[in-house]
Amino acid sequence: MALKKEIVAQIAKLARLEVDESDLDLMCSELSQILAWVEQLEEVDIGSVPPMTSVIEMDLKFREDVVTDGNQADDVIANAPERDHHFFVVPKVIE
Amino acid sequence: MAAEESLIGLSIAEMRDGMRLGEFTAVDLAEAHIAAAESVRELGAYILETPERALEMAAASDARRSKNQIGTLEGIPLAIKDLFCTKGVGTTAASRILDGFVPSYESSVTTNLWRAGAVMTGKANMDEFAMGSSNMTSYFGHVQNPWRRVGDNQPVTPGGSSGGSAALVAANVVPGATGTDTGGSIRQPAAFCGVVGMKPTYGRCSRWGIIAFASSLDQAGPVTRTVRDAAILLRAMAGHDAKDSTSVDVAVPDYEAELSGDMRGLRVGIPKEYRVDGMPSEIEELWLEGADWLRRSGAEIIDISLPHTQYALPTYYIIAPAEASSNLARYDGVKYGLRIADDDLQVQYEKTRGAGFGAEVKRRIMIGTYVLSAGYYDAYYLRAQRVRSLIADDFNQAFEKVDVILTPTTPHQAFLLGEKLEDPVAMYLNDVFTVPSSLAGLPAISVPSGLSDNSLPLGLQLIAPAFREPTLFSVATSLESCAGFVSRPTIVAKKT
Amino acid sequence: MKESQRYLQGNTGNWELVVGLEVHAQVISDAKLFSGAATAFGAPPNTQVSLVDAAMPGMLPVINRQCIYQVVRTGLALGAEVNLESVFDRKNYFYPDLPQGYQISQYAKPIVGKGEIIVDLEDGTSRRIAITRIHLEQDAGKSLHDQHPTKTFVDLNRSGVALMEIVSEPDMRSAEEAGAYVRKLRSILRHIKTCDGNMEQGSMRCDVNVSVRRPGEPYGTRCEIKNLNSVRFLMRAIQCESARQIEVIENGGRVIQETRLFDPDRVETRLMRSKEEAHDYRYFPDPDLLPVRLEAEWVAQLKAELPELPNEKRARFVQQYGLTLADAGVLVAEPDRADFFESLAEGRDPKHAANWVVGELLGKLNKTGVELFSAKISAIQLGELIDLIHDDKISGRIAKQVFDEMFETGKDAVRIVEERGLAQVSDEGELDQHIDQILNSNSDKVAEYKAGKEKLFGFFVGQVMKATNGKANPKLVNRLLRGRLSN
Repeated sequence: MALKKEIVAQIAKLARLEVDESDLDLMCSELSQILAWVEQLEEVDIGSVPPMTSVIEMDLKFREDVVTDGNQADDVIANAPERDHHFFVVPKVIE
Repeated sequence: MAAEESLIGLSIAEMRDGMRLGEFTAVDLAEAHIAAAESVRELGAYILETPERALEMAAASDARRSKNQIGTLEGIPLAIKDLFCTKGVGTTAASRILDGFVPSYESSVTTNLWRAGAVMTGKANMDEFAMGSSNMTSYFGHVQNPWRRVGDNQPVTPGGSSGGSAALVAANVVPGATGTDTGGSIRQPAAFCGVVGMKPTYGRCSRWGIIAFASSLDQAGPVTRTVRDAAILLRAMAGHDAKDSTSVDVAVPDYEAELSGDMRGLRVGIPKEYRVDGMPSEIEELWLEGADWLRRSGAEIIDISLPHTQYALPTYYIIAPAEASSNLARYDGVKYGLRIADDDLQVQYEKTRGAGFGAEVKRRIMIGTYVLSAGYYDAYYLRAQRVRSLIADDFNQAFEKVDVILTPTTPHQAFLLGEKLEDPVAMYLNDVFTVPSSLAGLPAISVPSGLSDNSLPLGLQLIAPAFREPTLFSVATSLESCAGFVSRPTIVAKKT
Repeated sequence: MKESQRYLQGNTGNWELVVGLEVHAQVISDAKLFSGAATAFGAPPNTQVSLVDAAMPGMLPVINRQCIYQVVRTGLALGAEVNLESVFDRKNYFYPDLPQGYQISQYAKPIVGKGEIIVDLEDGTSRRIAITRIHLEQDAGKSLHDQHPTKTFVDLNRSGVALMEIVSEPDMRSAEEAGAYVRKLRSILRHIKTCDGNMEQGSMRCDVNVSVRRPGEPYGTRCEIKNLNSVRFLMRAIQCESARQIEVIENGGRVIQETRLFDPDRVETRLMRSKEEAHDYRYFPDPDLLPVRLEAEWVAQLKAELPELPNEKRARFVQQYGLTLADAGVLVAEPDRADFFESLAEGRDPKHAANWVVGELLGKLNKTGVELFSAKISAIQLGELIDLIHDDKISGRIAKQVFDEMFETGKDAVRIVEERGLAQVSDEGELDQHIDQILNSNSDKVAEYKAGKEKLFGFFVGQVMKATNGKANPKLVNRLLRGRLSN
């Protein structure tokens, strides 16, 4: 399926990726090519086969309700590009 | 240190024996391998060398040994793929977006390795976020394969994404390295670099602390020069981890005790669907030869069918990017890593991620975002997960007839660095033989088995049922001894 | 409900209001849904954050058993189907207080399916409101927009705390019903201790979907008003929003489906700017987790172990204690209130006990804004006060004074009565002295009484009470006065 440029721009927006206008055409053709290729799955007779939910058959294990973690605010924000006291800081968001 | 013998090029087992006999120490090994790294820096195989840490860990290892506290990897120098978070040591996933990130935690797999006594020599280069089959996508520069084609000196790709790990092991810079394999990222570079690369059963190694690419596919595994070393290294890496909900609570066998190589009564499957169009005859011939070796060792060779093989790659290239698009959403310039600041938060997100991710990562995020988006989920993602069930079922049926499956690891020899970059789909076809077992979560190993017409290494792959790693190692031992692969790359670390 | 009350009056005729609610209830658990960090309220920024909650690279979720237990119990208490297999999905969107870039939630296969809540209205009628589903999900962190002129500060302490999202059908037809629904839901959650229901601290928050339509017509376009943190605001928001929609339509406009915020100061709803962009959440099963599988026997066991629910308790109070349905309803609305009553009623006249709780105690709590759990007076103390009345130690009127002081100070009734000399005067000699004095100084009224003006009796009683500062035993005063005045 050939993707329209507007769709590619929209997907980039959804994925929060800045794409130069000049790169859009190339990206468009590459993505179209990849999608055309994966679309060969349409020819598979999937019948009533269930989708895979876990690679190896096993049950989800539950953790006990015990506080074992926290009190490491220094580590939590240590790598933050911008911080104030123990807060992460971002440009102002208007709700 | 034994003055005559170089410590470079020994296997893990040989190093273990040498230290046991007091011939050399962990510090001797660390020093030798620090020097080895310096001698082949042009390969670009390390993102970060950690000589001080290596010496410190080696000294601690020697101290433990003097108190008779000896782990299974005591004093063994290892390179760690830069996808494993290492406490206090920069961890980048070879991406600009994590440039400067220093974890305050240690991945479970590396924790296991250090507990077994291993010594870290550095962080191995790789494809950015493990996305790639060429090691051309790293922000920190590409890795060269230590091998050269006969008659020309053009740099060859080491494969990817664990290309740094495979190149380091091939060039004798370390006896072993960790890798991760999502669709072939251990096995394909191992084949291209002439070393052993093993992807265990999904859930065998904890994913905790390994930077995620595609969660339902990612598995850590060893890269070594011998099958025995892979068995030793995997045993130390593997184990149940309560911090990973997909980690399996099954005891880890002593794989090294399973290396009999006794092939009598063993049934080896040859899947007809792996005979793909345009496959070079040298690959086909090696495959036939491999089957013949195993037959002569006492195995029974059985033709089998894995009918959905051709759909594995397109299935993979829906599921892996879908998971990746979500896994990589956390790189937003808020908590760590790169930020391209802007007064508008949305613009900041876009600039940060636009600048922080390379082209291949962006391409996969775009594909993943698209296939999950409203209106397309059923047609792409859900359908792919159904086909994935069919692919897994193919293997289940085949393993009713055979104990192990033999295939080539790659459909061709290593290509030149920079080749195939302009065509993403051609690049994806590299993984045609490794992806099906990844989708099914099965253990698989690539064993160096021969040379191409122009003298680049070629690998054969063995695939076993889930948790049958012992079978895999045993058959791999047989293959290894039959192949007698002794060729060494053009570029190897200088002996000191 | 009367026809005239069912509808909203517009300029062009009647409108029917349609309301559905999504309630986010914080699950009571010590640790978070997928990490071992604590859930307690009010800790310093980023101190209750694990590396998982901060979405550090390579971190993985592991589910907390208690959260599963709590949501299953909640489903059972709402008479809902519990799904033995459910799946956690990722809901993908970018927001600074969503560190993973996705919220782990449940989309296609929630853990709890259809149920219902029976809501009691003030006019004594009740309505069934259908529950669509309940699912478990992670809370986000907290964005603080008022700390800096150009920056938003982010605290991840709440990030990863378990929430139950309880989704209703659009079954409510008035703000009152919506308010009653939330109060009833809160009462049930508090009875089974799965959520503390504390809306001020944000442990229960509502998103409400509001639309209007002409009676009998299909549903109109709805707007969602997010993050309402009190029942009062919820009801006000529904009123404002329905009025706005009616005005839009009556002026020839069209309601646009959008997300709005309620501004309690200006008493209006406004467009939520951060939600303007159409969302595409790209839900898919979280590959870091496996499907949650529950044993039917385990679910049956939890069902058998559920405590008494508000409606069952109300019926029991009516039957066992002979209370009115209304009083019983008030008492069971909060589990600690019901417990207070039951311990007070033990060995006493239950109606008397109910009157004290419903009339005096709740009135006082309401007036002072104090919560029962932090009130200074205990059921034992109030019981002692009631016993003093019963034993004729103090009069009912004095008892109310004593109660006021007990409520303020937490002192025992006996001590207050002693300290302030409020004990009832039952000494005949002392009372006779007072009576002598009153009759002597009111000889004219005595004569009138004896001439047949019997209603003056009350005057004499009042004078005695006044002379004793209200402490005279009224029964004794009556008897003595009758004796003296009949001579």
